[in-house]
Amino acid sequence: MDNIFISYSLFILFLPLAAFVIQILVGKRLPRQGDWVSVGAIFITLILSIAMFVAMLLGDNPDFRQEASFTWLDMGAFSIQLGFLVDNITVIMLVVVALISTCTHVFSLKYLEGDIRYSRYFAYLGLFTFSMYGIVLANNLVSMYMSWELVGVSSYLLIGHWFEKDTAADAAKKAFLTNRVGDIGFFIGIMLIYTAIGSFAFSDIFDGVATGMLSGTTLTLAGVGLFIGAMAKSSQFPLHIWLPDAMEGPTPVSALMHAATMVAAGVYLAVRLFPLFTPEALLVIAYVGGFTALFAATIAITQNDIKKVLAYSTVSQLGYMILAVGTGVYTAAFFHLLTHAMFKANLFYGSGSVIHSMHHALHEKRDHETDAQDMRNMGGFKEKMPITYWSMLVSTLAIAGVPLFSGFLSKDAILAGTLSFAQHHPEHFLLPVFGFGAAAITAFYMFRMMFMTFHGEPQMPELIDDIHESPKEMTGPLVLLGTLSVAIWYTLPHFNPISTHESWFTSLVQPVTAVVPGNLTAHAIEEGAHHAHNLAMGLSIGVAALGIGLAVLMYLKKVLSAETWGKRAGFMYDWSLNKYYFDENYDKYLYQPTIRLAKKIAWIDWELYDKYFINGFGHVTAWASRVTGKFDYDVIDQILVDGTGRITEIIGSRLKKIQTGKLQNYLLYVTAGVIVLMIIQSF
Amino acid sequence: MHDLNTYLFVAAILFSFGVFGVMTRRNGIAILMSVELILNAANINFIAFSRFGGMNLDGHVFALLVIVLAAAEAAVALAIIINIYNNMNTINIDEASSMKE
Repeated sequence: MDNIFISYSLFILFLPLAAFVIQILVGKRLPRQGDWVSVGAIFITLILSIAMFVAMLLGDNPDFRQEASFTWLDMGAFSIQLGFLVDNITVIMLVVVALISTCTHVFSLKYLEGDIRYSRYFAYLGLFTFSMYGIVLANNLVSMYMSWELVGVSSYLLIGHWFEKDTAADAAKKAFLTNRVGDIGFFIGIMLIYTAIGSFAFSDIFDGVATGMLSGTTLTLAGVGLFIGAMAKSSQFPLHIWLPDAMEGPTPVSALMHAATMVAAGVYLAVRLFPLFTPEALLVIAYVGGFTALFAATIAITQNDIKKVLAYSTVSQLGYMILAVGTGVYTAAFFHLLTHAMFKANLFYGSGSVIHSMHHALHEKRDHETDAQDMRNMGGFKEKMPITYWSMLVSTLAIAGVPLFSGFLSKDAILAGTLSFAQHHPEHFLLPVFGFGAAAITAFYMFRMMFMTFHGEPQMPELIDDIHESPKEMTGPLVLLGTLSVAIWYTLPHFNPISTHESWFTSLVQPVTAVVPGNLTAHAIEEGAHHAHNLAMGLSIGVAALGIGLAVLMYLKKVLSAETWGKRAGFMYDWSLNKYYFDENYDKYLYQPTIRLAKKIAWIDWELYDKYFINGFGHVTAWASRVTGKFDYDVIDQILVDGTGRITEIIGSRLKKIQTGKLQNYLLYVTAGVIVLMIIQSF
Repeated sequence: MHDLNTYLFVAAILFSFGVFGVMTRRNGIAILMSVELILNAANINFIAFSRFGGMNLDGHVFALLVIVLAAAEAAVALAIIINIYNNMNTINIDEASSMKE
């Protein structure tokens, strides 16, 4: 039993890598461009992770934990261990990644059909899945950091899949570079921890923090450093700018990476490392998360691109999870990660289905100008795409926090935790305000999106006849994930639509107390959240109803005019539509000054350093080499080398005369020699 | 006449004539004859030392060996010279040299 988990994990980790290698080497030459290799490999990992999941459910042990590690580098006192950690959180996360990845592979079969880099696309999906499993299975910071970087690379490759489009290439670069900013923070955090504790393994780190080897400001800094890594990956303010642009990638990729798994890696990191965050670090986390949740939601209101709405919605929901980690209810954060992965991936597949259909219709009309992703060109698709509509509706209800759907449970848990945190610390009353505000706005903009896309009159009536439901490779994942967005799966074995109390999730994922002194104990947090539960539930149903009601009035009944209200909001509308001018301001105050600084430094480098120092060195060296060259030629070559030769030649030319070839001459010399010897002898 | 030096003197003169002949003559047969002179100078020394050195007949035996050897040598050398004459039409050793630069 024990080893099965570890050996399954090995297979789960390396099958996608094998698929990647096969695809990248011979993918193009295989039948069907080898898509079955990737799909098969991912499907096996799904089966294995479900097997682990079932084993975990049957085991029903909240303390279940398997670890295996080996020494990767050994340099005397310094050695790096790599390894696996399998516990309940790992197994649940594995199932999420495997499930969404499988759905994405299947969905892509049709969505990417006929693409020029079809096999390479599947290769990269395999690489991504491998790296994501690596993050999930890591038992130490080094493994995690390596996989973390690999995820960044595969994200770069997949966003830039259609790199012929400048926007896609730019978005890929932006995503990669923004993630690098976070990686630096992550790396600093790792180094701070290693310097103090001398180990990268999570268990050693927690032990070290518990025994006070690392504490105070350093620990806060380390925590914040690690969190900056999570911030970039999970697209938190102010590093959120890359995620909306990342929508340039193929839609299934957006569903897999930029909604369900890769961006959840930051949250996963925060959940994994929760015990080592100090109260100060947690406060930073809570405010970043809460602010992001509200801030991104206000942008999503005015976006017209269906994928941009979902992108900002993702940023906002990730903010929720981060907020939950910051307020101590990190199991709620993980729960929201789980439910969000299902409904948000589903929403993205739905948008992909719509876009696919729009593309098809526009293609029929030979129209290559109209934006297939602009919701202002849609409307009235409900009858034409019933499966897409209903599954998206379920997910929208889930994300809006309507009871009976999964999002309600997880969002409610987060809001209860936030509320309880504010009750403990009244000075942080802003956090629940962020949370509930974002919940209301989320409900509003999600229904706005649904109404604009599926209801009302078709905005382009000439297209509507060519809008068709997508093929079953695409509707399959939609139905599956739509089903999984219903609350009942998360409350089993009981059926309780308003609470996860005593469900499999709460019994398997139990919060542990942070090891840092000064934090509330897990018990206190749970008690508080439990007390705040009813109030939070009432409020969250209230704000969700408010948001949905407003959306109905504005976009379905059209009692309120969206345009008039937009005008009335004045500058706020403009700010929201232009994403608070973040890109522009970053460009003006960050990129341009950096470029100017870089140009100045380049000038110094070229004009001073290169011309005087480097070239000076060159001149001196050239002069010295001329002098030594002269010495070499005149003295060594001419006198020593040639001199030796000439002397030898002279002596030889003289000596050769005594070699006459006449035997009698030689005899004369011998005789003369003997006579000379005899004369010498006689003295 | 019963003095070793007298014999050695005669042998030395004979030897010098022989060496002179070997060095100066161009005729192959004349060189051979000069070699005979050198050998005979050696024979005289052998016998003289044998007689005055109290070595019984050892020197005589050597002298006889040398005479036999000289005869064999003369036979081989004359054969070579005849061959040279057949091939080159001369027995002048300077002209018979084919190992010039």
